[in-house]
Amino acid sequence: MNAVSAYSFIASKKLTLSDPDWIRYALIGLTLGIIGLFLVLPLLTVLIEAFAKGWAAYSASLTHPDALAAMRLTLLVAVVTVPLTTVFGVSAAWAIARFDFRGKSLLITLIDLPFSVSPVIAGLIYVLIFGAQGWLGPWFSDHDIKIIFAVPGIILATLFVTFPFVARELIPLMQEIGHEEEEAALSLGASGRQTFFKVTMPNVKWGLLNGVLLCNARAMGEFGAVSVVSGHIRGLTNTLPLHVEVSYNEYDFVGSFAGASALAALAVVTLVLKTVLEWKQNQDKRLKG
Amino acid sequence: MKFTQALKHLFFTLTLLLSGTALADRTLLNVSYDPTRELYQDFNKEFIKYWKDKAGEDVNVQQSHGGGGKQTRAVIDGLEADVVTLALSYDIDQIAEKARLLPKDWQSRLPNNSLPYTSTIVFLVRKGNPKGIKNWADLVKDGVSVITPNPKTSGGARYNYLAAWAFAEKSYGSKDAAKDFVQKLYKNVPVLDSGARGSTTTFIQRGIGDVLLAWENEAFLAINELGEGKFDIVVPPVSIKAETPVAVLDKIVKKNGTQDLAEAYLQYLYSPVGQKLAAKHFYRPYQPEHASPEDLKRFPKLELFTVNEKFGGWPQAQKEHFDDGGTFDQVYAP
Repeated sequence: MNAVSAYSFIASKKLTLSDPDWIRYALIGLTLGIIGLFLVLPLLTVLIEAFAKGWAAYSASLTHPDALAAMRLTLLVAVVTVPLTTVFGVSAAWAIARFDFRGKSLLITLIDLPFSVSPVIAGLIYVLIFGAQGWLGPWFSDHDIKIIFAVPGIILATLFVTFPFVARELIPLMQEIGHEEEEAALSLGASGRQTFFKVTMPNVKWGLLNGVLLCNARAMGEFGAVSVVSGHIRGLTNTLPLHVEVSYNEYDFVGSFAGASALAALAVVTLVLKTVLEWKQNQDKRLKG
Repeated sequence: MKFTQALKHLFFTLTLLLSGTALADRTLLNVSYDPTRELYQDFNKEFIKYWKDKAGEDVNVQQSHGGGGKQTRAVIDGLEADVVTLALSYDIDQIAEKARLLPKDWQSRLPNNSLPYTSTIVFLVRKGNPKGIKNWADLVKDGVSVITPNPKTSGGARYNYLAAWAFAEKSYGSKDAAKDFVQKLYKNVPVLDSGARGSTTTFIQRGIGDVLLAWENEAFLAINELGEGKFDIVVPPVSIKAETPVAVLDKIVKKNGTQDLAEAYLQYLYSPVGQKLAAKHFYRPYQPEHASPEDLKRFPKLELFTVNEKFGGWPQAQKEHFDDGGTFDQVYAP
């Protein structure tokens, strides 16, 4: 008798502690439904459209010279911008988390600027500066240096929009960790360099990698800012996202969706990497703890 | 370090890959408006062959397409086009005036006012023309949804606007009536895309609207590529003659050392091959005798007026209708 009453007591306690089943299932169902409808279904459509005329048409449009050129350019842009943004992000985070100076909050706001400015504006400001009618444009043009409507302009615009990713990831992390460990290392005779690579880096590496991944995803996928400064020369200044638009406008739907599927594949790779990173990070924490 | 080695290797491969695309000795950049994509895809191939035969040189022609106004802006801002093939002479006037890349009298340098081909504006409607659209007056009826791009950014859209205006001014007798008419017309426009091609995809792919005001070549192309038997072309009794000029940008070809090539490129548009290709891609050729008769049969006869006749030329039309505060700004409230 006793056991039964204890059981029913626990059971009733459980009921009050967790939501009723129907709420749980309704919420799970709703979330899955929304994700399916707005995320998975469109992705599937991309694949279906890409393969609408079969595998041969799909691979032919992915290996078309213009598509290949777009992929090369997209990769080049990512390879150039991601390291630059990373270096910037680490130094900015270091400065903000470790030093106290006037205008620090202003600096943080400025780093966030690209998040709040529309990418189209980001493109336009470079046209206004480096365009033929802009401030510096005529000088560059006289020296036969092409910035706008060429690869440098595309890289500049991508840099602008990806600027905050690494810094934003690192600043709170480094502030949270504090600098006791670094001070200890320094007082034990480690050089600044040793401290950075042996103490600071291991502490922030997961956050850093995460920021780099997000930055990379954005660098490859950016459309608005790049569209403004690209000039849309096929095979030369079209990145993959622009190639998708151009093909779509040329009624080449297989080509367009094939490009979109390549971009989606890059996104999936990023997501998988991010999940792996998070899993590793948890393991890391468990080992430490 | 292994990593830096790998990075070096990567950079090297990338440069190699990128330079691989530009093996040809000289390159022309043709900056054009939206609907000419297919024409120049074909024409460039022919021209490259022709030049190889004639001069023994391998050349490359690059294309850039977009809304005409947007493309013009890009050229003024420094997109280094050797030749421009745009939707209206006003756009090239702007390049001459604002960027001084070519002399102001550019239009007299090539035959037929630098017009190797022309076009006009027609209506594309859904199969069987369910709303019974026959003429410009039908566009302002209640419940008719009209698709046309934004005249601020699209050359085709400016022709659409001026065609409707000229129709109304003639039919109803005054400028005020014409303004009322276009105001009613743009009330029936649910989306303004930035270029002609965007509007076509809105109408065809997304299924929005009852009638698309389209370049004649764009309407034919849309039917051929996407909707055999799903759409009909309706030709109004009167429409506008779309004069789509071409020009070499002197300053840029001098800088790039491509003057002879660029000039030959545009001359070749006037050759029998160029004229035939224009007609094949639904442009009305300057010298129809070079085009194949089957292609010519597809062009319906209609009464055409020019911007010069009805509006006193592009500069005036632009100022009165499309500049800030012009009639378009007055009638269009989204």
